[in-house]
Amino acid sequence: MTIEELEQIARSVHEENAKYDCEINVCLDLACASQGAGLLKDALVKAAEASGKKVLVRRTGCMGPCSHGPLVRVDPAQTLYRRVNAGDAEKIVSSLGGPPVPELQCDLNEHFEKQVRVVLENAGHIDPEKIDDYISRDGYKALLTALIEMTPAGVVHRVTESGLRGRGGGGYPTGLKWGTVAKAAGSGKYVVCNGDEGDPGAFMDRSVMESDPHRVIEGMAIAAYAVGASKGYIYVRAEYPIAVSRLTTAIRDARRRGLLGSEIGGSSFSFDVEIRLGAGAFVCGEETALIASIEGRRGTPRPRPPYPAASGLWGKPTLINNVETFANIPPIIRNGGKWFFSMGSERSKGTKVFALTGKIANTGLVEVPMGIKLREIIDVIGGGVPDGHKLKAVQTGGPSGGCIPAEMMGLGVSYDALMAAGSIMGSGGMIVMDDTSCMVNVARFFVEFCMTESCGKCIPCRAGTAQMFTLLTRICDGSATMDDLVLLEDLCATVKEASLCGLGQTAPNPVLSTLKYFRDEYVEHIVHKRCPAGVCALQVPAEVMA
Amino acid sequence: MHAFTPPPLPSDDKRWKIVNGTMRKNGFARHALIETLHTVQSSFGYLDDDSIRFVAQSLRVPLSQAYGVVTFYHYFSLKPPGKHTLTICAGTACYIKGSDKLIASAEKRLGVAPGQTTGDGNISLMVARCVGACSRAPVVLSDGEVSGEVTGDQVLAQLERWAVE
Repeated sequence: MTIEELEQIARSVHEENAKYDCEINVCLDLACASQGAGLLKDALVKAAEASGKKVLVRRTGCMGPCSHGPLVRVDPAQTLYRRVNAGDAEKIVSSLGGPPVPELQCDLNEHFEKQVRVVLENAGHIDPEKIDDYISRDGYKALLTALIEMTPAGVVHRVTESGLRGRGGGGYPTGLKWGTVAKAAGSGKYVVCNGDEGDPGAFMDRSVMESDPHRVIEGMAIAAYAVGASKGYIYVRAEYPIAVSRLTTAIRDARRRGLLGSEIGGSSFSFDVEIRLGAGAFVCGEETALIASIEGRRGTPRPRPPYPAASGLWGKPTLINNVETFANIPPIIRNGGKWFFSMGSERSKGTKVFALTGKIANTGLVEVPMGIKLREIIDVIGGGVPDGHKLKAVQTGGPSGGCIPAEMMGLGVSYDALMAAGSIMGSGGMIVMDDTSCMVNVARFFVEFCMTESCGKCIPCRAGTAQMFTLLTRICDGSATMDDLVLLEDLCATVKEASLCGLGQTAPNPVLSTLKYFRDEYVEHIVHKRCPAGVCALQVPAEVMA
Repeated sequence: MHAFTPPPLPSDDKRWKIVNGTMRKNGFARHALIETLHTVQSSFGYLDDDSIRFVAQSLRVPLSQAYGVVTFYHYFSLKPPGKHTLTICAGTACYIKGSDKLIASAEKRLGVAPGQTTGDGNISLMVARCVGACSRAPVVLSDGEVSGEVTGDQVLAQLERWAVE
């Protein structure tokens, strides 16, 4: 496959599409599919055939605002329809060529205006199971450009220049990581994509893998060329069967097109990818645990160094990046590092995809430039807190992150600002909480999660999270004293300092951040035996009653 | 040193051939353990002693290690599932939207705790860590089919349909 052949494929897709007067794109991502989008698509195909109009009905991945689903977009007019069901199919088809159907129209201009789509540029626009659709939108151009026009060092340089930082949560500079693996001595290097999106309440990586799987594969192949690897693994949660099936199809099609396999693009570079299934262990998001799991063992982490860059999968130098990190690579190669560097804030470049959920009007997937204020995400993109309730906090970073109180919504979203506020960027879960959420209970929820997910290898995490959970349960059921609070804080410090891996080191974050901003709620539970949000069922002892 | 011969299939059940196929595809390499256990579970619904023993022998993995892997990962089950499975998501978004109430009402109706199956083997109640449909929380899977914005009444209605069929 050469760039000319790639362009030929793109041209024939455009020519084929040009035969139609309009396109009806139907979102078939999980949220829309769970509301009958499958039946809707069938009905649209049928209605389009019956109408005799030249209409292309296309299955696409996630369009974004899931709470308004099932979503349909008619192009080229770019009319977005919301809450469409199969019964609306004929109405939509017969409106084509004339004014749109007013009662189905979705006015989310503000929601989209604030967003910048880099990672999600194809989501909702291509059929994720058609490699030619991806190619028609510059797919695999970056890979072939890199192979033909750039040296591996040049690729590393461009990624470094872009300022991209790891999107899995840690924010380690991607170019630096690539450079380290590239310089590592030894053959048989590996590239691993971490698709073990274990953070509950986050689904960015699922959506990217399902809506635009080739983008991940292309990013991995470019990385492999840059670091000198010839074999890659995508580690995906078994809980994401659709992502697994889409990636399987994508790998097969890329092999058929000669975009994976030996001597790609006529160069001497060979690369192939295999999928490995996770089996439901949050700790496997930690890179050394993930490696153990790919090797078929229990997913327990080991001390670093050596880092995977020096000794990873089967002892070989290994590059591990998150799904979204790889998804950023093709546009960086195509548009240049400076282009990417120009977006975002001072030390956090580019965009970030967030899964916006919880007590917010527009739930779904959003992509925003780094540095955007939380307030803009919540009020403008998210449409605010519904049902007359008041915003209380925004949780980012999942079980490793923290809660940012409503007063701090002026905060710009960046790795450093979120960390300074006691949370982390994390992989991109953003859960909005209103006045009906109890912050002590929220902390207890996350600690219970970490307790269950602790692999048990080191004592601070294994025993510490269990004791933290007991103390938080006591606070929630009304049997705690102020001494317990002191003990809890003490324990948080120990678990944070002494745990072996990121899971334990960050497990106290939800407790520490809620203690920092919502200490009065803890005190209210302990001293007055009252849950201000009315969530916890406190057992009120007799002496307080009297 | 003689060549290793994999053990014979435990029975003439065709599903063992599927399991064997996964191992063969991976050249009976030890690192195929988790992949193979996935195939066993998707073919048989769960993992029992015989299947773990067979996989361990075929891949030349110590039985203790195979058992260690099975019990480490939440996805693997050592108990046969019921005829139907109700899975309630307890991810963060679902928790914020009240999934604990759904779990409580299902527990009460079925008389079993999460992870258990009703005495007649009809319904298993499971709690998921997160199925990634957070934008439509709270989410419930009825025999794998995802429903969003689920109410307690809808959960009970689903259990009722399964109970009377």
